[in-house]
Amino acid sequence: MNRILKNREVWLALAILAVVIGVTLRFPRFSQPGNLLTIFNDTSILMMLALGQMAVILTRSIDLSMASNLALTGMIVAMTNAAFPFIPIPLLIAGCVVAGAALGAFNGILVWKLDIPPIVVTLGTLTIFRGLVFVISGGAWVNAAQMSTDFIQLQRGVFLGLPILSWFAIVVAALVYVLMTRTTLGRAFYAIGVNPTASVYTGINVGRTKFMAFVLSGAISGLCGYLWISRYVIASVEVAGGYELTIVAACVIGGVSIAGGIGTVGGALLGAIFLGVVNNALPVIGVSPFWQMAISGAAILLAVVLNARGERSKGRIILKKAEVVA
Amino acid sequence: MTDMSSAGRQLPDRLDNPLKSAVLSWESLLVLVALAIFVGNSFASPYFLNPWSLSDLTFNFTEKGLIALAMALVIITGEIDLSVASIIALASTLMGFALHTFGVPTPVLVLVGVLTGLGCGAFNGFLVTVLKLPSIVVTIGTMSLFRGLAYIILGDRSYGGYPRDFAWFGQGYIGDSVISFELVLFAVAAVLFYVLLHHTNFGRRVFAIGNNATAAQFSGVRVDRIKFVLFCLTGLMSGLAAVLLTARLGSTRPSIAQGFELDVITMVVLGGVSILGGAGSIIGVVIAALIIGLVTFGLGLLNVPGIVMSIFTGSLLIVVIALPILYKMWKERRA
Repeated sequence: MNRILKNREVWLALAILAVVIGVTLRFPRFSQPGNLLTIFNDTSILMMLALGQMAVILTRSIDLSMASNLALTGMIVAMTNAAFPFIPIPLLIAGCVVAGAALGAFNGILVWKLDIPPIVVTLGTLTIFRGLVFVISGGAWVNAAQMSTDFIQLQRGVFLGLPILSWFAIVVAALVYVLMTRTTLGRAFYAIGVNPTASVYTGINVGRTKFMAFVLSGAISGLCGYLWISRYVIASVEVAGGYELTIVAACVIGGVSIAGGIGTVGGALLGAIFLGVVNNALPVIGVSPFWQMAISGAAILLAVVLNARGERSKGRIILKKAEVVA
Repeated sequence: MTDMSSAGRQLPDRLDNPLKSAVLSWESLLVLVALAIFVGNSFASPYFLNPWSLSDLTFNFTEKGLIALAMALVIITGEIDLSVASIIALASTLMGFALHTFGVPTPVLVLVGVLTGLGCGAFNGFLVTVLKLPSIVVTIGTMSLFRGLAYIILGDRSYGGYPRDFAWFGQGYIGDSVISFELVLFAVAAVLFYVLLHHTNFGRRVFAIGNNATAAQFSGVRVDRIKFVLFCLTGLMSGLAAVLLTARLGSTRPSIAQGFELDVITMVVLGGVSILGGAGSIIGVVIAALIIGLVTFGLGLLNVPGIVMSIFTGSLLIVVIALPILYKMWKERRA
């Protein structure tokens, strides 16, 4: 029982439940299964992105370029589809994942081989990637009329009562869960986050592991590039502008420690769902959508205060020196 | 976030020849880059070498440069402030709010902007030093919070109709000369920050914290207090930048100064300040600000759109940091 109370995911799930119940008390239709599934579907893209970001943050890095990566791969895939509508969609999706992974690898190489701090690298690529969207598109939009029907409809198909988009999130979450808990790479993400020096002695290549985290976050951004464009049926330079912070917010709210090494798949998913529920509830209770930004900012601050309290009691520092090194 | 390198610091047997190290310094490299871009610009566009063009050029970096001066100190202590652009948005919005709700005169308007900045900075500083939270998450949070507040107040509207004497702060020139008030303010601030960082105890402590905060603490440096002051200072400078920017544009929207934080950090890092803390100089930052201004203005004269310019600033940031590392790797491989 004590363990359950100390579990962060449980608290977050309760907080989400409280918001849902609170809104339902005034607007009973809010918690109809159909609406809740819609919220889940609306949040799918954020959930996937949060999982990619989590892998990076676990390794004491940060990827601020995810939203720009998404916009760039999204624009590439939209233009490809507009120019060659006969290319099958699964092939396009595979192309997106590869393109996104390549952009992530660019970040990763700079972090791994040149040892440039991740925040500097991704702050740079954040603008470079988005600038490239403008360069390849010439500032023009790709709109619904230019996209093929399959391109738009694929994620809207329903399988076992859920839209395909939701299935994408579920499959990605399952894969990341297996990666994080059942593979050496996943465990290495945690290890170098907790103690990079000790990780080196256990034979983990710290730089290469960070590189892999960036490739993962890039691949997920690429996948979401297609999903985002086909969901909102418009590809432009502004796609997902500023969304990188929402992704980090989802992670922080989900209990992923920015200092690395702490975080779970369930937490990151709940963090994303929390933001999704709040953003869906605001218009329902009649609050202007202009409040969204401030609320997610406040949520980040609140979450990081709570995280810090939780982490401080965790573990005992035996050597004062160890704390300084780590 | 930042991995601390465990390599000890080594003392050289004898110091480098001061003249040689001055010539090979980061600052002199920056001066060369600035000169090269200046010459390049003069050839690229016939409109560049003209007193008014050059004066216009300065507006491209003065506001961001003011913030970069304070940001340099924050980064030298090993912290970062990503919320500066959002502070501008909030300060500008509150100035517009004060003007349209209470009809305050210009001096009060300026005060509102500067004090809002100071307040925001103090809030950041409080979270970082009292609650001991990592500055990168705190300022990602307040980045969203401050601009979010601006959106709550303004929504999709905008404030305009700023008084004429207020506009002088952003558009005025000293007498009949081509020297703008903004440029003079930047120059004065640069001198003040130069003295503060390089010729006072306070400045030495800033470096001490960046090199080893624990050791600094044990040597009697009030680490948290200094960090708090620096966050306040960055907020203050952001508030000042908000006054200048609002006066120059003559209107406020919640999306004002979007993406400024990137340019500011690029200036600081380009200026030779180590993102890991502990090293840097104000002269470097000032030259870096000038370089960014030259690049963006030159590209502007060539009709390059702003978003494409951002590719240049982004690449500049990465390349400038990567080059010394690559050079060092190349040297080590040869040795």
